[in-house]
Formats: sequence, C-alpha cells, structure tokens
Amino acid sequence: MPKLVRTKVENEGRTTYEFAVVEKEKTTPWDVEEELRVVGKPMARIDGVERVTGAAKYTTDIQLPRMLHARFLYSPHAHARIVNIDDSDAKNLPGVRAVLHYKNIPLNRFQKNREIFGEFVRYAGDQVAAVIAESDEIARAALNLIRVEYEPLPYALDAEEATKPDAPRVWPDGNLYNGQPDTYSRGNVEKGFVEADVIVEGVFTTPAQVHSALESHACVADWDGQTLTVWESNQDVESVRDRIAKQLSLDRHRVRVIAHYIGGAFGSKIGAGKHALIAAQMARELRRPVRFVLDRRGENLTTGQRSPTKQYLKFGAKRDGTLTAIQVTTYNNLGPYPTWGPFIEGPARELYACENVKTTAYQVFTNMNPFAAFRAPGFVEGIFAFESLMDELAIRLEMDPLELRIKNYARVLPENGKAYTSNGLLDAYQEGARAIDWSRRSRPPEQRGTWRIGVGMASQIWYGAGAPPSYALIRINPDASATILTSTQDLGTGTKTILCQIAAEELGLPMEKISVEIADTQMGVFAGGSGGSMTASSVGPAVREAAADAKEQLLQLASAYLKRPVKHMRLEEGIIKTPKKETPLAEMLKELGDIEVIGRGARNPNTSDYEIRTFGAQFAQVAVDVETGEVRVERVVAAHDSGRILNPLTVSSQIEGGVLQSMGFGLMEARVVDASGVTLNANLEGYHVPTIVDAPQIETRMIDRADPLANNLGVKGVGEPPIIPTAAAIANAIRHAIGVRFYDAPITRDRVIEALGEVESRREAEGSC
Amino acid sequence: MTTIVRANERVECEFTVNGQREWVQAHPSRMLSDVLREDLGLTGVKVACGMANCGACTVLLDGTPIYSCITLALDCQGRTITTIEGLSGVNGLHPVQRAFVEQDALQCGFCTPGQILTMSAFLEKNPAPSEEELRQAMSGNLCRCGAYVKIVQAGMKVANSR
Repeated sequence: MPKLVRTKVENEGRTTYEFAVVEKEKTTPWDVEEELRVVGKPMARIDGVERVTGAAKYTTDIQLPRMLHARFLYSPHAHARIVNIDDSDAKNLPGVRAVLHYKNIPLNRFQKNREIFGEFVRYAGDQVAAVIAESDEIARAALNLIRVEYEPLPYALDAEEATKPDAPRVWPDGNLYNGQPDTYSRGNVEKGFVEADVIVEGVFTTPAQVHSALESHACVADWDGQTLTVWESNQDVESVRDRIAKQLSLDRHRVRVIAHYIGGAFGSKIGAGKHALIAAQMARELRRPVRFVLDRRGENLTTGQRSPTKQYLKFGAKRDGTLTAIQVTTYNNLGPYPTWGPFIEGPARELYACENVKTTAYQVFTNMNPFAAFRAPGFVEGIFAFESLMDELAIRLEMDPLELRIKNYARVLPENGKAYTSNGLLDAYQEGARAIDWSRRSRPPEQRGTWRIGVGMASQIWYGAGAPPSYALIRINPDASATILTSTQDLGTGTKTILCQIAAEELGLPMEKISVEIADTQMGVFAGGSGGSMTASSVGPAVREAAADAKEQLLQLASAYLKRPVKHMRLEEGIIKTPKKETPLAEMLKELGDIEVIGRGARNPNTSDYEIRTFGAQFAQVAVDVETGEVRVERVVAAHDSGRILNPLTVSSQIEGGVLQSMGFGLMEARVVDASGVTLNANLEGYHVPTIVDAPQIETRMIDRADPLANNLGVKGVGEPPIIPTAAAIANAIRHAIGVRFYDAPITRDRVIEALGEVESRREAEGSC
Repeated sequence: MTTIVRANERVECEFTVNGQREWVQAHPSRMLSDVLREDLGLTGVKVACGMANCGACTVLLDGTPIYSCITLALDCQGRTITTIEGLSGVNGLHPVQRAFVEQDALQCGFCTPGQILTMSAFLEKNPAPSEEELRQAMSGNLCRCGAYVKIVQAGMKVANSR
C-alpha cells in the first residue's frame, strides 16, 4: 500500500520539503562486499550505437512538415527602456508569420515576476522580440527590419560596485537578492584570529563560465488540435511540461514533452526557456509546428553562465596547522534575473573542521548576463579560492599542503555535528597522493629546459544524495524481455545504461533483454530533473524497487504455474530456478499468453540521522614555460568517493569531463565584455573551451565503496564532484612550479607572462643589491 | 562582374552522398550542412556553431574532412560526400565507430559524428600515428562534455589493431 510522506530534499545546497508517495521497500542494500553480476561492471552505453551512427535524433534534428522557424532579437544595451518597436516592415516581409514583442505577445508570463518580453531590457543580449517565419533565413532577415527605439539607462556591471549606495539600480528595490547578504556564523571569528599564530588573506576573482553545450537550446512544438507535443533539449521534461501546460491553460495530460537525446546541458537546460514558451503558444496559435533553435551567439548571451565572483578570504591557524578562524565574504554577480544564488561559501562552512567560521554572501543583481546553474554552482568558484588560500597557508606554515588538509579533516559535518553516511576523503587523499607521487611537492619543481613542473592538490565536498520523489515502472513482456519506463533524462551521463544494469541485476535478466524508455512525459512516470548529481541516486533506487516488485510477481506466477512454493524459487539469467527444476521465464510466459506484469517502484526517503555528502581530492601535475608563459596540465589524478560505482566506464567519463571543464574554468574560459556590458566573445572562436590538444592524462581513482546508509544501491552522485577541485589543484601546481600565486581565474597566458615578468624584475632588483 | 541571385532562385546540383547519387535544387547561398540535413534528411550532420569553430558539422568531401557549415552546397557539384550515416556498411560498424562505443569515447554524442569522420579519414591516410599526431589531427573537433581522453584511446586502439 502506498504511503504519503514529507521528506527533505537537498538540491545543490538548497533544502526543500516535498511530498512523496512511497511503498514499503522490497529491497535491502546490496552487501558492501558482494560481487554483483552487472552492476559495478564497465558496461558500454546501451545507446552508444545510436549515437555513433547518427541514428540518435536530437531536438535540433526533428523536422516536421510545414514547420516554421524562429529567431530572437537581442538588446545591444546593458540597461534600457524600450520606447518604441516598429515591426511593420518585418511583418510585411514575405514568409514572416509573426513578430512578437512586449506589446503583442499573447502569453507573456515567464517566471514568477518575469515576463518573456518586457518594457525594459537589463543586459546586453536580453530578448526584445521574436520572429517566426517560413525559413531561418527569412527570420534572420526580418530581425534586421525591426526598428527599436531605446532609452539607455545607467547600468551596473561589477557586483561589488553594485552594492554601493550610489550604484545604478538594476531593480527599483535595489541590487541585493533578498535585500541583504546571506550570513552564517559559528563560534567567534574575532577570537579565532586572536588565537591564531598565522593569518593569511587573499582576494580572489573567478570568471563567468559559459556552459557552451554543442547542441544549443532547442524546441520543436507541434499542436494537433488537442495535444501539444514538445521536443525540447532539456534536463527536466516534467518541469517543462508543467510550465507549458500552465502557460497555455492546458491540463498536463495534453502536453507531451520529449528529450530522448540531449546534446549537452551542464545545468543550463533546466525548465522551460523563453524559446519553448514562445514555440508552444505559437504552434497552437498558428496551427503549424514551430522550431525555435538558438544560434551560437544567442546560446552564449542568453542561456546562463556560472556567475563571476569576487571573494575575500581570511584564515587564522595555529603553528601546527589547526584552523582557528575562517572568514569569507563573497560577491556573486548574478545578472538581473536570478531565481536563486549559489553557495560560494559552502566549502568554507562544510569542508574542514574549524570552530570559528563567518561567511557573508552578497548575491548581487547586475546588468551582466544572467546566472544559470553550471555543474556544481558556487563550489567550483568557492573551492578555487578556498583551496588556493589553504595552499598559501601551508606555505606560510612551512607545512606540506596535504598534511594541512588532513590536519583539519572533519569527521562530522561541521555545521551541525552530524555524522556522515560515508566519507572517503582520507582514502581519496591517500590514493591521489600515491598516484601522483606527492613527495615531489616537498622538493623544488622539476626542470625540463625552460619548463618548470609543479604538483598541486585540492579537496572537494558536494551533495549528491538524491531524494524522492522519483518513480519507475517495468513492463515484463511475454517473451521475457522488459522495458523500464521513467521520465528521467540522459544528458550524456549514461543514465539509460545504469538503469538497465540495475534492473538486470535485480530481475536476473540479461541486459540485452531490457530496454529503457526515458525523457518522455507521456510514456514515463515522474522522475525529477537531472541536475545536482541526483539522477543515479534518485532514479536508480526506484528502478531497483520496480524490478524487485516485478520479480516478486513473476515468482508468484511461477509458483502457481509450477505448483511449487515461492520460498525456494530464484530468477537468474532469465531462468526460474527451483531446487529440482529449471524453467526459462520466456517459456512460462509464452504459456500464459498475453499477460502483463508491471513492476512499480518509488524512491524512499533518505535517512535523517546522517548527512550524505560526496568527497574527493584531485592532484595535478602542471608544466609552465618560464619564457613563453605557456601552461600545460600534464596529469590529473582524480580520487572521488561517490559510494558504489555502478559503471566504472561511464563514471570515468564523468570524471574526465568534469576535470576538463574545471581546467577550462581555471585556465582559459571567460566571458569578455566591454565597458558597456557587451560581450566580445559570444562564440566558440573567442570563448575558449578546451580542445583535445589541451587534454591532460586523467587518472580516475574512485573509492568504490558502497554506502548502505544512503539508499538501496549504496550510490551517491558523481556528476558534479569532479569539476570542483581541478582548477584549484592546477593553481596550486603552478604555485609550486614558478612560485607565483594567481588569485584570479582564468590563469591565461597574458597573466602568466606578466607575473613572470614581475618575478624577473624582482630577481634583478634583488640581484643588483 | 556581379552576379545577382534572387531569393527564390534554385540551382540544380548533383553529388554522391554515402555512395548514392543525389540531385538537389539549392539556393546558391545554401550551405552543404543545411542541404544534407534538410533536403536529404541526413541529421547525423550536426550544426553547433555555424561558423567553423567547432567541427560538429564535419563531413568527408572526397575523403577529406571539411566543415560543411561553411561549404557552399553548389561547390560540391560532382563530388563525393560521406556523412556518419555512410560510414557503417553491410559489415556493421566501422572500426572507429566500434572503438568509440567500446572505449566510451562519447558522452552526449552531439560532436561524435564529426569526431568519428575526422578520425576515420585521418587513420585511413595515417594508419600508424603517434598519439601527438592523432591529437593534432583531431584538434578541429570540440567536445564540451570532455570525452577527449577516451577519443584518443579509441583512436590509438584502432591504429594499433591494424
């Protein structure tokens, strides 16, 4: 019998309470030591063939007869009032079916207090109008015919400056989210600093990092008179469905959202965007399918970014390395439209045992491009600063940087003293240190001609517990094949494959006999968005429960069919096994004809007795050319504790991907804007994501240890942990290599050259004394 | 001399795609990527940037990798084009495709067709490359998910198995 419970859900540091319908759990966690058949094995993706042959249809590949094409017009101003829009020439261009803007768009609601098109534009790139036309070419031509008269207004681009009393106002009520900074305090930092033997301080800045998924935001909406079908490249199909249904005043069952294949997302594709809300309403209005795909410029300007930060850090420590005080003040540049502000100060509060901590976080509205969660939002930025200053502290104390981390290791969550379900951080330190040969850190950097080779490390903490609500169904077909139905998403993370493994393990069926249908709101049951490292730990357990339910039914059927007690029956490799007889499941089902066995499973609530976190450490080997300033990351060892590893092959791909994105953040990625707030590198030419030539050797060393207290799989999230510490580890390796501390990311060539020049000057000055 | 092209003008063009002769009528300004995707339904050809910065649109033109998003369709008159759909044959997956699946040299898969085409063409001409040479050859194909490490592994595996 299903039960209604209210349960705590943690999503990237935000805590909410949700209702969930749960069943009595049929499964118990697999033994920590147990060797499983397919779970834990390096299985190739079950949809790999579709992706390597071009058979996989992404949203941008959907082509429907009589489809219309849409484009946005973007604001050239960081802040302006739209005085007038003259769309007459655009509307009259042959092939144009609609020109939409704030004066005429039928359904203009976007988010809580936001419209799709407003009278004001608040960043350079903000959407002003949309054209829907017979072809993309005509839509583009029509954009040039829209005449907009703007009244430019004062604008604020820098977060810290925007908090000053005389700063231009982004919103009438001021520039601070919630009107005041978020503060946290435990112990007494002033006392902590007094007690300290050594105090270190640093001011750090981190860049705007743009997700840059190769498949841009895309939507195709098709109205058949009753039902709206929406293909949307999105991480949260259920949310898109609900939003569109609400917008169009339709019941949810009249909207079907599909996202079978998604060409990258990294957090930027959560929920219905403006393009989807426009395509949906206009498909119904015009009675023709509408395709709205952003071009690369629009993708760069409008779909969100990791927000730039400025962070003031101050640590106090005893001579033996014990932290006595941590004080962190952060300025987070969120653009004009954030729905929340990420926790840059999270690591300061959680990572190390320190009695006296004070954090002040200014979540600031500006007229810069808007914030959207990007893989481990807040923590990449926070760890870059925090772990860089920890490194400086170690150097000041003349202490090994790893020893300093271990000295301040937290056995329990420092905020509330609660124990963890599992914590593999010390193992991660040990694994990583051994693999990189950490003893090199205590020796001068190796020299290869003009190259100096240094090593550095950084720690990581993150969430990833997963939570209800998430549900799954499993259909057992009469030929003993099975289909999993759940509306979760696979963004390239390998979701389909691990769900297949889990069901195969529990059901005792071969993987080839199980198909997985996801990301279709009409064909699945609710599963929540794929973000926050929550999918494996939320949906996986629900699938296992559904498989257990199906197996229980099959064995009961077998018991009646074979006239034998259930007690001694097992289902293994598609065969019903009793002590005396073996019957292929397919044989029994064939005899029974067109029956339907449907297994049902729900994600049960997390324990409230413990905290669930993921931990890890990365160790980087970096070479710097002291003559050219070139930085080459040669090796990264990534040691992470994410509980049981369901699939080491796909997990190592997650690790490698995270490391590369963090490397991009640390060395080469940044939005560049001019003094008026206009982006100068809104494309993949000027915005540098890592190429294959930049890729280091990446060694994944998972602490593969099941966490039976977390859920019935023993699994914790792994999507975000690997992106968190790399940039800091690289910065610390550079510090070792050339003796320069970089406080500003990205550490680009020009900054390295400038710093090397200063080192050279200082050396000359000292030499001439 | 200036050629004026009308908006509704179409020019006939013939080329061989994946072993089959195709005739299209294309406006002179249309790019090969759009003709392949929209007129011939070959959506394995991806467009990600539309300005030759990322390589997602890579196809083989007479066996050489090119960026189809900046190649005029009409410039391909009489030539041979291979898209990802033409790589696997009656014998199943091309060795590079198989290696990608087995080594997990992909994540979201959007850049994957371009990666595979570039690599298959390169290995055809350079069957025994060094890892450095392979990386240089692949440097025109971006992967934002970060599958590079395994893409290199897949390539070296195919090279070493020959």
